[in-house]
This record gives sequence, structure tokens and C-alpha cells, in this order.
Amino acid sequence: MVKINSFKELKEHKSRLSEHKPAEWRIFTCAGTGCAASDSIFLAENFRKIIAEKNLQDRIQVIPTGCFGFCEKGPIVNIFPDDTFYVKVSPDDADDIVNQHILNGQVVDRLLYIDPQTGEKHAQQHNIGFYQNQMRVALRNCGKINPEQIDDYISHDGYFALGKALFEMSPEAVIEEVKKSGLRGRGGGGFPTGVKWEATRKSESDKKYIVCNADEGDPGAFMDRSLMEGDPHAVIEAMAIAGHAIGADEGLVYIRAEYPLAVHRLKTAISQAFSYGMLGNNIMGSGFNFKVRMSLGAGAFVCGEETSLMNSVQGERGEPRVKPPFPAQHGIWNQPTNINNVETYANIPQIILKGADWFSSIGTEKSKGTKVFALAGKINNVGLAEVPMGTPLRDVIFGIGGGIRDGKKLKAVQTGGPSGGCIPADELDLPIDYENLQSIGSMMGSGGMIVMDETDCMVDVAKFYLEFTVGESCGKCTPCRIGNLRLHELLEKISNGHGTMDDLKSLRELGEVIRDTSLCGLGQTSPNPVLSTMNYFGDEYEAHVKERRCPAGKCTSLLRYQISPEKCTGCTVCAKNCPVPCIEGERKVTHRIIQEKCIKCGVCYSKCPFGAISKV
Amino acid sequence: MDSKLQKLNKFIDGLDTKEGALITTLHHAQELFGYIPEDVQNHIAHALNVPSSKVYGVVTFYSFFSTKPKGKYKISVCMGTACFVRGAAEVLETFKQELGIDVGGVTEDMQFSLDSIRCMGACGLAPVISVNGKVFGRVKPEDVRSIVQKCKTEGISSGGQGW
Repeated sequence: MVKINSFKELKEHKSRLSEHKPAEWRIFTCAGTGCAASDSIFLAENFRKIIAEKNLQDRIQVIPTGCFGFCEKGPIVNIFPDDTFYVKVSPDDADDIVNQHILNGQVVDRLLYIDPQTGEKHAQQHNIGFYQNQMRVALRNCGKINPEQIDDYISHDGYFALGKALFEMSPEAVIEEVKKSGLRGRGGGGFPTGVKWEATRKSESDKKYIVCNADEGDPGAFMDRSLMEGDPHAVIEAMAIAGHAIGADEGLVYIRAEYPLAVHRLKTAISQAFSYGMLGNNIMGSGFNFKVRMSLGAGAFVCGEETSLMNSVQGERGEPRVKPPFPAQHGIWNQPTNINNVETYANIPQIILKGADWFSSIGTEKSKGTKVFALAGKINNVGLAEVPMGTPLRDVIFGIGGGIRDGKKLKAVQTGGPSGGCIPADELDLPIDYENLQSIGSMMGSGGMIVMDETDCMVDVAKFYLEFTVGESCGKCTPCRIGNLRLHELLEKISNGHGTMDDLKSLRELGEVIRDTSLCGLGQTSPNPVLSTMNYFGDEYEAHVKERRCPAGKCTSLLRYQISPEKCTGCTVCAKNCPVPCIEGERKVTHRIIQEKCIKCGVCYSKCPFGAISKV
Repeated sequence: MDSKLQKLNKFIDGLDTKEGALITTLHHAQELFGYIPEDVQNHIAHALNVPSSKVYGVVTFYSFFSTKPKGKYKISVCMGTACFVRGAAEVLETFKQELGIDVGGVTEDMQFSLDSIRCMGACGLAPVISVNGKVFGRVKPEDVRSIVQKCKTEGISSGGQGW
């Protein structure tokens, strides 16, 4: 390992790296959490084994990367120099890829992506609909570099922004650039990043902290995890730039313990950055000292709220503090603290290198740059998509996301997680930015987008989120601790078919009180899932109350499966598949569901070959 | 002294500062013991010079820490939104029936424990469950019995994919 003592040496190191001729063939395999769960690690091992057996190490190189974003089709393998993109590759496919593709020049046809709409096969990443309308700024290196090799990062201009900031820009100039770029917090609030930095710089103190909020608690959002797994050095570099701008010498990454791979990658990156002299004392000979360490969360959603996070870092219960004073004045151990989330930091090196004007040319008037969205739920292409702010929701869901699964109809898109709301299908042409999402009762949040179809019940979804909030409420303030519990009870009553019209009125009133009186962001936004679904899907709530009916056929108390004696042939398929079991009947005799034992999982309904089982 | 406690002491002695180190120490303790029983909480309180009540307060605040032992096979059903809309609730319900325990419970023979977790970030494979860290993707209620059987007959080692 080399210690780099000046910006000049960093530039020299990069040009030395570029002199290394890359191997003739390079196999990039996704080593993100999603693909690793589908055995991509064994796949990479298999590649290495085959290459070693054939003694091809000089010709073929295997490069594990971070997330490609196309999780639906994982594990992903990208072959260079011909840029072939393989999907759903299993460990056993390594053999064909090496022998057939690399050694015989024949693309492995069965592993290519097939467009579900056109039926066309695509061999190149850029021809796949999922990637066509994306613009990768924060995710630029994910899938392109080996996140465990600092040299790979440096080859892609890594730490050049830090060099530029330290040697060519004053702290004030850095802040000015970030302000001018229009970058706003990507974690939820959307507060202008440069303004936050300036406020922390102006707070007088000998000790200041730079914190990276990597407590990505919003279920269904996984962009921060992917960024840390795929490009951890970008986060470290940005924190060091923030340290220079603000006048802090210590950085801290608060990361979820549920993300073991991201923790590992970040730890590796931090130690490499120290040994290269990108962290530590006198960074690149500039006289600037900055160190970064990690602090592990322990499974509390509220710790994503910045003041709770600070308490948690101090080893306390993660309960929020009253604001003001803001973290910029009194943060960790009461010292001025600047907190941004992972995706916000990931944009910083690009802003410094390419300039504020470049960044602010992307996006809408008040929301600049790009945003990463995590597409999940009933959508064809589950994955991470980065698009310019202002992209219509329709382009994201139907263009990049490839539409709704199983030919179903889109009902709503939930954004902003437990703090956000449901956007109905008729708002699809809305350009996505902070203000627009807020104007329709949702919020940007961290960028989770859960797609729901006609079989999803909006009362059930609201209940799901409330259950989450009740479980995660820290208990410090009454509106959140008790109010949300009451909200949940009301929703439970409605979904069980015992609700009244007065309950609907109470839901709204109580929701508004919780919103207006809670201490922190968690409580203030917790009624959003209820209020927004009531606004757009009021008729569904009323059907539960007035007709004791769940229009989506989801609320199990209002639902019963029954077997039609006319259609049942006694084939026993339902009884064999019932996980309880609660279906009785002999072969060739009409079967019967024992309603008291039925857990309404719907397996019999989906398995019956004769359509004899119906929901009533 | 118990060798695990010795390891814990060694960890605490190696800390740069005891101030603010409670959560880090609890993580370490849970790794060593599998859970954090009352006597370990008291031990940590003494070693870090904080009240036992504070240790208990922190342990019970964070869902990652457990005060009860877990089963040999730790089954976690992801109840993140992506998994929820793809039927995780039905999968969880089926596990409860099959094992005869509730969420957070452990079977009498200490073989299985059942938890629901918020999101493991494998949304592309939803609904997802994990057994001792091994991930099973696209799980349906009718798969539950075979997963439990697989544990009983073959056993499951951690990591990688279960299917």
C-alpha cells in the first residue's frame, strides 16, 4: 500500500494505475445483498475456480461489484470488453460463460434479458428498458468498480474532489458551491445541504462532528445500503470534504446493524483510506486532519431522526431531542454536528468535480440533481433506479419499472415509507420532486416506492404502516405513543368490519392532532399513510364500514374461502397444499373448508385447478 | 469465571473510552451470548459504571437486542413493505401455525424461534425469510412446512441462499 502525500501524488498514482493493461476479459459479478442472497458469491468462486483450472488468470479477471440495481433479475453478470449483460445467473452457469462465451465467442443466449413487453432479447445493458431512462450520478460507480479496492475508486477519479477541495478551494468556496448546486437532503426532509453546512461552520467550537446517517429504516428502501456496498469510498470522501468545509476533524457513520455487508465494505474502505492517507492526519500534505469511525445502530426506526441518532451514538436510548437547538449548534456531546444521509453525501464529490452549474442544470426549479428510487412491490422490475428530479412517476413505474406484475392494474404508489402517503394511479403524470409529492399528501422520504395493485386494500396498507409506527414509536411524547395506538385500534376495528362512520371522522381528527403536536418527525408524519389513503380511497374505507366488505378481498375478517360443490371434483390438491391443514374431504368427494381453523392464506384458492374455490 | 464473560471484560478493557460505549458493548455481548440476560446486563452496568436501569432501558429500547435465548434455528420473516404487499403476512401466519409459537417466541424444545424483521433489503426476492442468516426468496405459505422439515432433517448452515 502506498501513502499518498500530495494531490500531485494522487494524480500520479491514478496515471500509474491506468498504465496497467486490464485483463483481456473482465467478468463483473454483482456482490450486493440482493444478488448475494441468490448465491452470487458462489458464482464468483466458480468463475475463479474454472479460470484457475484452465490457467487463464492472465486473460480473465473476476471483479465483484456493488449492486447493478436490477435486483429483479439478479444475480447479474456483466462481461467486458463486449459489454454483455447476463441476468439470473446461477453458480452452475459459470462454466458456459467461460467456455462458450469467452473461449468460443458465442454469447450464452439463455442468460440474456428478454423484454417482457416486446419479447426482444437484449445483450447490452444500455438497450434494456430498465436502464434507458436512468441518469446515474450517486450510483455512478455501483456495478462498475470493486468496492473493496481503493485503487478502483481512484481510477474513477476517486478522492480527486477531496484534493480539489483541499488545495484549490477555501472552506467557504466549498460551501458556496454546494449551496449553488441546490442539493437538498436525500433522507427525507429535503433541507438544503449547503445551508446546513454553513450553519455548522458558523457555530463556534473547538470540536465539531460530521455524521453520515446510514440508518436506512424505511422498509422497502435500499439505496443507501447499495451505495455503501457498491461505492463506500464516495461516502468517506464526501464526509472528508464536509469536514474541510465545516472545520471538523471527526466523522461518524451511524449504520444499521441489519446491513452486515454494508458494514463490512465500509469498514474495509475506511481502513484503506487511512492507509492511503485519504483519512488521518495531514491528508495529502494539506495540514487537514480527519478521521472516520462507525457506530452501529440496533434496530430502532426512530434513530433515523437526527436528534435520536445523536442520542443513540452517545449510547443512550434513541429518543429525540427538542429542536431548537439544532444539531448545527448542539449535536453529539453538545458539539456542532452536521448530519446528512448517504445518498446526499454520494452526490458531493461529483458536485465538487463537475461544478454546481452542472448539477443544478439537472432537475426542476426547486429540486436539483437526480434521485435514487427503490422500486418494489407489485412491479415487474424491482430494483434501484436513479432519475433526474422532475421525471414523471409514469416513466419510472412503466418505463423503468416495466409496469405492473401479472398483468394487474396499478392502484397506488406509496412513497416516503411510514412517513409518506399513497399516490393514486390518476396522479401518474406528476413530475416527481419534493414540492409536488408534498402537495399531494406524500413526501419524497428516502425514495422508497412501493407499487400496489388492485388486490391491495388501502385500509390494510394504512394499518400495516400504523402497526410499524406503533412498534417504532419511542414513547417520549404522548401524541405519538398513545395517539398512534388509538389510530391503529380504529383501523383494526374498521378492517374487522366493526367500524362506524364516526370512527372515520375520529381517524381524521386524531391523525391531524398527532401530526400537529408530536415532538419529532416520526410522530408528525405517522398519520400520513392514513390521511392520504382516506383522501384518495375514501370509498374503500366506507365499503368496510357501510357494507362490511373489503373491495380488494384482502381484509381476512371480512373474507371467507369456500368450495363450490358443483365445481369441486375431489382432486385433493387443495387439501394437500393447505399449510394448516383445514380442508377435509376424500378423493372424488366434495371438499370442505373448516372455517374456524382457516388462516386465509389463499393457497387453496390459487392452487385449485377447477376454479372451485371462491372468496366471499 | 465464565470464558464468555472474560472475553466481554477484555473487550470492555480495550475500549478507548467507556463514555457512550454502552451500545457497542451490548452488540459484543449479544454476539458472545446469543442474547443479553439480566446477569450480563448487570455485569455490563458494573463494568461501564452506569446504573443497571440504564442498561435495561437501552437493551429493551432496541429491537436488535434480545433478553431471551433464541432457538437453534432462528427464523426471521421480513415484514418490510415490499414483502408485505407480496404476501409476507400470510407466510408469517403459516409459520406461527406450523411451529405453534407467536412472533418473538421459541419452541419448547428450543429448536425454532420466530421473529419478524423490518427489511433485509432483498426486496427483489420478496417475500423473503431467513433461517440463521440463510435467505429463502419468493416464499409462499405452502413452502413453510418444507422449510421447517429441511431444518429438522438436514439442518441449515448460515449464509447464502436456502433454495
